[in-house]
Amino acid sequence: MAQGLAIDVHGLTKRFGQKIAVNGIDIAVPDGQVWGFLGPNGSGKTTTIRMLCGLLRADAGTGTCLGYDLITQSDAIKRAVGYMTQKFSFWEDLSIRENLDFVARMYQLADGRAKIDQTLDRLGLRKRQSQLAGELSGGWKQRLALAACMLHSPRLLLLDEPTAGVDPKARRDFWDEIHRLSTEGLTVLVSTHYMDEAERCDRIVYISLGNIVARGTVAEVIEQSKLFTFIVEGDGARVMAEHLRSLPGVEFASFFGAALHVSGRDRAALEQALAPHRQQPGLAIHEAVPSLEDVFIQLQEENSGNAP
Amino acid sequence: MSDRFSFARVLAVLGKEFIQMRRDRLTLGMIVGVPMMQIFLFGFAINVNPKHLPTAVSISDPGVFSDSIVAALANSSYFEIVKATNSPVVARRLLAEGDVSFIVEIPANFSRDLVRGAEPSLLVESDATDPAAGSNATAALSQLFTDALRDDLKGPLAARAVATPAFDVIIHPLYNPEAITQYNVVPGLLAVILTMSMVLMTCLALTRERERGTYENLLAMPVKPLELMRGKIARNIILGWIQGVLVLLIAKFVFDVPMIGSLPLLGICLLLFITANLAVGYTFSTIAQNQLQAMQMTMFFLLPSILLSGFAFPFRGMPEWAQWIGEALPSTHFLRVVRGVLLKGNGLAEIWPDTWPLILFLLVAGSLALLRFRRTLD
Repeated sequence: MAQGLAIDVHGLTKRFGQKIAVNGIDIAVPDGQVWGFLGPNGSGKTTTIRMLCGLLRADAGTGTCLGYDLITQSDAIKRAVGYMTQKFSFWEDLSIRENLDFVARMYQLADGRAKIDQTLDRLGLRKRQSQLAGELSGGWKQRLALAACMLHSPRLLLLDEPTAGVDPKARRDFWDEIHRLSTEGLTVLVSTHYMDEAERCDRIVYISLGNIVARGTVAEVIEQSKLFTFIVEGDGARVMAEHLRSLPGVEFASFFGAALHVSGRDRAALEQALAPHRQQPGLAIHEAVPSLEDVFIQLQEENSGNAP
Repeated sequence: MSDRFSFARVLAVLGKEFIQMRRDRLTLGMIVGVPMMQIFLFGFAINVNPKHLPTAVSISDPGVFSDSIVAALANSSYFEIVKATNSPVVARRLLAEGDVSFIVEIPANFSRDLVRGAEPSLLVESDATDPAAGSNATAALSQLFTDALRDDLKGPLAARAVATPAFDVIIHPLYNPEAITQYNVVPGLLAVILTMSMVLMTCLALTRERERGTYENLLAMPVKPLELMRGKIARNIILGWIQGVLVLLIAKFVFDVPMIGSLPLLGICLLLFITANLAVGYTFSTIAQNQLQAMQMTMFFLLPSILLSGFAFPFRGMPEWAQWIGEALPSTHFLRVVRGVLLKGNGLAEIWPDTWPLILFLLVAGSLALLRFRRTLD
C-alpha cells in the first residue's frame, strides 16, 4: 500500500459498448482528506465511484482502495467502504430502524443494536425511528442514507451527489457532519455540482467526458485556468450579454445573480471588448478574481467543443 | 393556447407509444408470441379425443382369439400396445405408475369358454383419474372386440358370432369409477394455482429492487447471491405451503376428493414443487430489467404449464412434441404425483418416476438463477 493513500488507482477505464465512460483516469486520495469530484452530467463521476466500490468491473486499470486490490479484493472493499448512491436506495416500505437493522445484519455487526441506537441519537433520528423511509422528506432521507452507510464504520466514504435536492440548511448540516467525520480520520470522495461544496473540499478533481481535466486545491484550479474575469453590474448589463458574447476574446459571459461575469484568457482582448461600455452611465465594470464557477463554465465549454 | 381537445396531441402520444413499443422487444414478443402460442396449442396440441393410448395386454390364455384381439387393438387408432405380459400384476403396476392407460386382460380359458358358448368375459381396466382421456376409446372397445373375433368364429362356430353376445366386455374404470371430473380437476388445480402464484411472486423479487434503485445498495453490501436467493425464496415457500394446504382442504371438504395415499408424502412433493417454481420465478427476476418484463416472462411459462401439463386437456391426446414440452414442466409431473397419491394411493415407489424430474428441475433452475445473478451493475 502506498503510504497513506485511501484511494490509489491508475488508468481506470470503463466502456459501455462503443462509448468510453471513463478514460484511463488516475486518482490518489490521501487518508483523512475530503476530495470533491466535479464535472457535468454524464462525465463519468458515478461510473468512477461505482468502479471504486466494486459495483462495476473496470475494463482496464489497476489500483487499490484502502490497500485492497480493486479487481481481486472487491469483497473486502465492500466491507470497508461506505457508499451512498445518487438516488435514495434504501427501502421506502421499511421504517428507519428496520432499514438500519437490515444494513447492520448485512454487515453482520456484532453490536448492531447499540450501533443503531447510537447512530439514531447522533443524527437526531431517534424520535422518527419507526417512520417509514418513504414518508421522509428529502433532507431526512439523506440523513438516513448517510447513517446507514456509516453504520459499519467504514474507513472510506464514497458519496455520489449526496446533497442533490436537499435544502440549504440540510446541506450545511450534512457538510458539517462530513468535516467532523474527516477529522476522525475518515477519507471522503464526494461528487457534487455545488460550488460552495467544492470549496469546502481539500482537493477537487474535475472530470469531463471521462477525462480528468483539472485537479488540485480550489486556488490551484483557478490559477491553472489562466482566466481573467470582469464583472459588469448595472441596468444595462442584461442587454449587453448577447452583444459581448460575439466579440473576440470573450470566451463566455454569464450572469451570477444580477452581475454579468465576462471571462476569457486574453486579458487585452477582454479590455478591448469592454472599452466601449466603460463610460456607459449606470454601468460599473471592474476586474475580479475568477470564481470556481467561472472556471468550471470555461472547462465545460472548452471540453464540450463549444468554446470559441 | 386553447385548452380544447387536441387531436395532434393524441397523435403525438400515439407516436410515442409506438416508438416505445418498437424498442420494447419483450412486449412485442408478447403481442405476437402469445396469440401464436394459443393458436398452436389449442389448434394442434389439444385433443379431447386422444388416440394411441398406451395399453398393456395381459394374456392368460394365448391362442388364436387372443392374437386376433391383440391385432385388432394394434390396428385401432385408439390403442397402442406397449406391453404384452402374462402377469396381471405387472400390468396393474404399469397402470398405477401411469405408463399405460388401459389394460386388456384375456382371462384363462377364454378360448374354451367362447367355443363352448359360455360367454366368457374380457376385462378392460382403464385409468379414469382423467375421465375425459379414455372415454372415446372405451366406447369403441366392445365393437372392436366383436369385429376382431368375427373372422375367427367361422364354420361350426359361426353361430357364436351371430348369437349376441358371444362374450362379455367388462370395463373397470379404476381410481375414479364414477368418472367425476372434479376428482381430476381439483388436484390438478393445486398444480396450476401454485405454479401461477409462486412464479408471479418470485419473478418480482429482484426486479422490484432494480426498479426502485435498492438493488445498487444490495450489491454494495457484502451479501452473497445464494444468501439473497434463499432469503427471497424462503418467505414464498411458506406462502406456497399455506396455499397448497388451503387447496387440499377445499378439495377434501368441498369437492369430496378422495385422499387415499399418504398426505406426508404429498407434503414433501408439494415442497419440492413449490421450490422448483420459485427457482423459475427467481431466474426470471435475474433476467428481467423491470417488473413488466418479469410478468411477461411469467406468462410464457404459465401458458404451457396450464395447457400442456395434462391439466386442461388429456396429456396423451397431445402430439409427441407437445408431450415433450409437457415433460419438461414441473407442473406436469406434480399433477401426476397429486393424482397418483390422492386417487390411486400411490407410494414413493410409484411416484418416483415423477419425483426425480421435479428434483432435477429444481437443481437446474436454481443453478441457472445463480449463474444469471450479476454481482455488479455491468
